[in-house]
Amino acid sequence: MATLAVSGERKNYLNAEYGIRSWLFTTDHKRIALLYLLSITAFFFIGGFAALLIRLELLTPAGDLLSADAYNKAFTMHGQVMVFFFLIPSIPAVLGNFLIPMMVGAKDLAFPRINLISWYIYIIAGILYIHCLVTGGVDTGWTFYPTFSTEFSNTKVIEAGLAIFVSGFSSILTGLNFVVTVHRMRAPGMTWSRLPLFVWSHYATSIIMLLGTPVIAITLVLVVLERALNLGIFDPTRGGDPVLFQHLFWFYSHPAVYIMILPSMAVISEIVPCFSRKRVFGYNFVAMSSIAIAAIGFLVWAHHMFVAGISLYSAIVFSFLSFLVAVPSAVKVFNWTATLYKGSISFSTPMLYAFGFIGLFTIGGLTGLFLASLGTDVHIHDTYFVIAHFHYVMVGGAVMGYLGGMHFWWPKISGRMYPEGWGRLAALIVFIGFNLTFFPQFILGYLGMPRRYWQYPPEYQVLNVLSTAGATILAVGYLLPMVYLLWSLRYGKPAPDNPWQATGLEWQTSSPPPTFNFDETPIVTQEAYEYENMPLPEEVTLER
Amino acid sequence: MSDSPIVMEHTEHEARPELRHHFADVEQQRNAASLGMWWFLGTEIMFFGGMFCAYLIYRRWYFEEFAAASRSLSLGIGTFNTTVLICSSLTVAMSVRAAQLGNRKLQVKMLLLTLVFGLSFIGIKGIEWHKKYTEHHIPTFDYNVISGEGSLVKGNEHLLGIDKVENDPVKLRERKAEIQQHTKIFYSLYFALTGMHAIHMIVGVGIFICITWMAHKGRFTPEYHTPLEIAGLYWHFVDIVWIYLFPLLYLIDRKPIS
Amino acid sequence: MSEHSEHIVSAKLYWLIFLSLIVGTVVTAWVATVDLGKYHGIDANTVVALFIATCKASLVVLIFMHVKYTSEKMTKAILLAAIFWLLLLLVLSLTDYSSRYDGSLNPLPSDFTAWLA
Repeated sequence: MATLAVSGERKNYLNAEYGIRSWLFTTDHKRIALLYLLSITAFFFIGGFAALLIRLELLTPAGDLLSADAYNKAFTMHGQVMVFFFLIPSIPAVLGNFLIPMMVGAKDLAFPRINLISWYIYIIAGILYIHCLVTGGVDTGWTFYPTFSTEFSNTKVIEAGLAIFVSGFSSILTGLNFVVTVHRMRAPGMTWSRLPLFVWSHYATSIIMLLGTPVIAITLVLVVLERALNLGIFDPTRGGDPVLFQHLFWFYSHPAVYIMILPSMAVISEIVPCFSRKRVFGYNFVAMSSIAIAAIGFLVWAHHMFVAGISLYSAIVFSFLSFLVAVPSAVKVFNWTATLYKGSISFSTPMLYAFGFIGLFTIGGLTGLFLASLGTDVHIHDTYFVIAHFHYVMVGGAVMGYLGGMHFWWPKISGRMYPEGWGRLAALIVFIGFNLTFFPQFILGYLGMPRRYWQYPPEYQVLNVLSTAGATILAVGYLLPMVYLLWSLRYGKPAPDNPWQATGLEWQTSSPPPTFNFDETPIVTQEAYEYENMPLPEEVTLER
Repeated sequence: MSDSPIVMEHTEHEARPELRHHFADVEQQRNAASLGMWWFLGTEIMFFGGMFCAYLIYRRWYFEEFAAASRSLSLGIGTFNTTVLICSSLTVAMSVRAAQLGNRKLQVKMLLLTLVFGLSFIGIKGIEWHKKYTEHHIPTFDYNVISGEGSLVKGNEHLLGIDKVENDPVKLRERKAEIQQHTKIFYSLYFALTGMHAIHMIVGVGIFICITWMAHKGRFTPEYHTPLEIAGLYWHFVDIVWIYLFPLLYLIDRKPIS
Repeated sequence: MSEHSEHIVSAKLYWLIFLSLIVGTVVTAWVATVDLGKYHGIDANTVVALFIATCKASLVVLIFMHVKYTSEKMTKAILLAAIFWLLLLLVLSLTDYSSRYDGSLNPLPSDFTAWLA
């Protein structure tokens, strides 16, 4: 086969074994990463389809495309699929799984079989959720608030709750694997202070996964029990407190957003120094800021509940703590910027995504402060301002980081270079489409348009139309990489070991790597990001 | 180059079939397994913790009703069952010790005793639950704490404030409705907590059946008994959860009624 | 490769811990039947019961689970982290529940002000 002849006779993890069994029963972390890649992409399409329905409906003020109930299902499923089945696994399960063993100099993660089991758990959860979707769906909002979810909704709340409960275990096992790997599997000489910042961020992410996910697990169990057995724990007419559910739900779901953003920040911390040819400014600060985000992120959850009926005094406490969490994020942005300063910058596709991330994440983060501030939140809570805020950080931030990372490590993963021209074009289209979709939503929210409404007063139409137009452009921007990355598998230039001349142990092995990553256990003597000693990247050639 | 690290790795991997290929030596494998299990137990603390949070909130709100419902649990059976579980923890610790000393027969004996204690605990729990069922204390199954054999009102009139509103039929009816609702929250949490604990016990018994079989086959030596060790950690953790559940559920207020 | 030698706990110590746990169980059940009163609104029986439970749990963790004998710092770190995180959940939730408006004319609920006094 032409493709294999070009990528070399050398055995690598892709051609080591053939057949579906060798993939479904693999314990190779790189193959498991690809299994995850396929699955999360499938869910991205499902969540994207729900988004399409939402944006089409919102083209007109009247509720004409979908019924109100169907619209409720659309935004619920968009949220649940995107959060639980796409964003939370995305970078950790794909890039984290693929890269962390190599970055620490190990042959595999600490628990390869548990890694495979975590994928199967994810698939089971996914099948359960899709079954729920096609047999009626769920309309409670992604947040499952009782007593609607526990008593009044006529949709498949129990099934959706159980599916997400199961998916949580996939998350927990992934986090477990990463933490133990980083503690126990580092190669000789790989001290904590020589670890790539990608690893630090994923370590912090794993801590959140381990300590937070169990709480939403038990919360969903309680909701399922309440609904199935009509218990009344969250029913105020029977002595229960619906706000208790919200405390338990947000205790996880707020740190969950840091599960979604920290891995993306991890990617940016690798891309920026590489394409500035400079070490990261303030390595220690960036490393510690990941830990700080993970820790402080657990202290702020009730800022989602300011108008839910919590006491004013606790609201003040949580508002103050929410301001604190912005600090370590800002530290990262400052340090990346300082890394860029006087660097030798090249505008490769990954770097374009990184720039997009830094700008959009900053906007998203700053608008988070509007929401953290108790006084302003009272006005913009549950409006499109909130939606714009979290899409700026989750899509403008997390997804752009994911795309940047996929491009950056694509040569390593596939052994092929993607077409750079198309890459840059797609990045630009994503950036434009994204801003056109979500910036109008800040204005809509500020003007008072509530979220989760399927019809709205006519004065909001222009902004909604702009937003839908942007969404179409964004969709094109997302489809392009799927096309040219697949194209590159067959027709892309074969990649050398280190096409970007990047530092990091993963670039010391072949592209694609052999099954056991390294022919010999590496011994580390250098700090991370010693770009002063690296040559500049040449044009990629076919020679290996 | 004759003593290169790779050569040494291969030798150890050949000598120790239980050593998996991605670990350099058995010590690293054991450390990793132990760390992994401790982290997993950390997640379990948060898992049960969510229910403890719900329990804490409602106990503050409805102390009297919680106290009355707690009194309906048998103090004797609860105390006895706690001691059964503690016995099982002892036998688990002893079996690990036997493995450390290379005593296969003792390992298996201790593990079988562990299974006996574990299954006894589950059995006794089942008896307690059956009692709750006959007393109509299980939410959704004919739940009734006001009248009949499961009445919590009789004997607890002062605790539940019934004596204060006895003469006012409207207030009495309201208070009874409140008692019915608030005790239901206690029992919901009681069954959720003990049920989740029981599920963990059943899983633990399943794991230990496998471990006992492995011990019987002589798989555990002083150099390698990692599966036994980490299974033991899990079992002790389930014991610790019960150590907290017992006072929180059974001992809310056992002061004699004056 | 030389093995990191494991510490083997004596059978006697295991029996001693076991007996302490049994005694602790019996004591905690018995003390629950004795009225220990309330101090500053806090029920002493509850405090004693939780204290005894914590002592029992500590014995299991330190001796049965070998935490006293391990040289692994991570084990203790994980345990403390998980306990601390649970306390975060409980304490921060309580900031809400303990300060909710209870319908009285006081800006703070009455048992909170009583506790302060």
